[in-house]
Amino acid sequence: MFMSVTFNKACLIDKMKTVFVTVGTTSFDDLIGSVTSDESVKALIGRGYTDMVLQVGRGSVPDPDRCPGLSLQVFHYKDSIAEDMRNSDLVISHAGAGSCLEALRANKALLVVVNDKLMDNHQLELAKQLQDDSHLIYCTCSTLSQTLRDMDLSALTTYVPGQPQNFANFLDKAVGLV
Amino acid sequence: MTRDQEESLLAHAVHFTNQQIPRSGEVRQLWSSSVLSSFSALMSSVPLVLCNGPGTCVPLCATGLLLGVLGLKRVLIIYVESICCVKTLSLSGKILYYFSDYFFVQWASLRDTYPKAVYLGRLG
Repeated sequence: MFMSVTFNKACLIDKMKTVFVTVGTTSFDDLIGSVTSDESVKALIGRGYTDMVLQVGRGSVPDPDRCPGLSLQVFHYKDSIAEDMRNSDLVISHAGAGSCLEALRANKALLVVVNDKLMDNHQLELAKQLQDDSHLIYCTCSTLSQTLRDMDLSALTTYVPGQPQNFANFLDKAVGLV
Repeated sequence: MTRDQEESLLAHAVHFTNQQIPRSGEVRQLWSSSVLSSFSALMSSVPLVLCNGPGTCVPLCATGLLLGVLGLKRVLIIYVESICCVKTLSLSGKILYYFSDYFFVQWASLRDTYPKAVYLGRLG
């Protein structure tokens, strides 16, 4: 009888645990640099992660040898990142509302990294509010590896999606359709 | 929205037309090409402007207001502030708060600061 055995880089017994990193439609090389740093990789492996998928936008692709101990996949863009989100155990995202809400609606643990060079106040406002409501954790590039070591993902609560039907019903009445 | 999303939405509509209005680029371009195209689009269509905040919606709403002021057409202006705006309005929101017929916010903290705003929870 022939048995086929597959090895992954971490350990034969541990199951795959994936972190998906997304920078959105532009680029965020600082985030990619921080999440592939030695300290961050060590923190992720310490938490049992085995695989990392990086969506880098128009930014640069990191050196494939940069994350020893993690299986690395990198891409620039896809028509949809829904499947990557679905297959992940943790999403690390830039602070764009679209990416954040997509991860929350997929019920994924979410760590948002705010780009303090951009200082888009509204992105930061949303991240702060969602953290206050315990739906995500946010940090900056410089505090990312520390956050990866210290964060308590079990304290996060489920995000309940909004109800656009309330808006539609209101508008129907307002324009005289009902 | 993408072309695919637009086509998907329009597939459910009973009757629709699709008109493109030039996106506001430089300031000088904004008021000439956008306003003229908005004027033509609004005169020939349903009298309602529904927008969610990019700067490009301001000349469209201004044109709608102008049509009303000139007595040509009553245009209903409905503005939905972005979900990102939790404590402060966007620049488009600050302008259109005073000129819209209905102004929606998605966080209760904004309703307290802007009493004219309608709060029905988050849309997304």
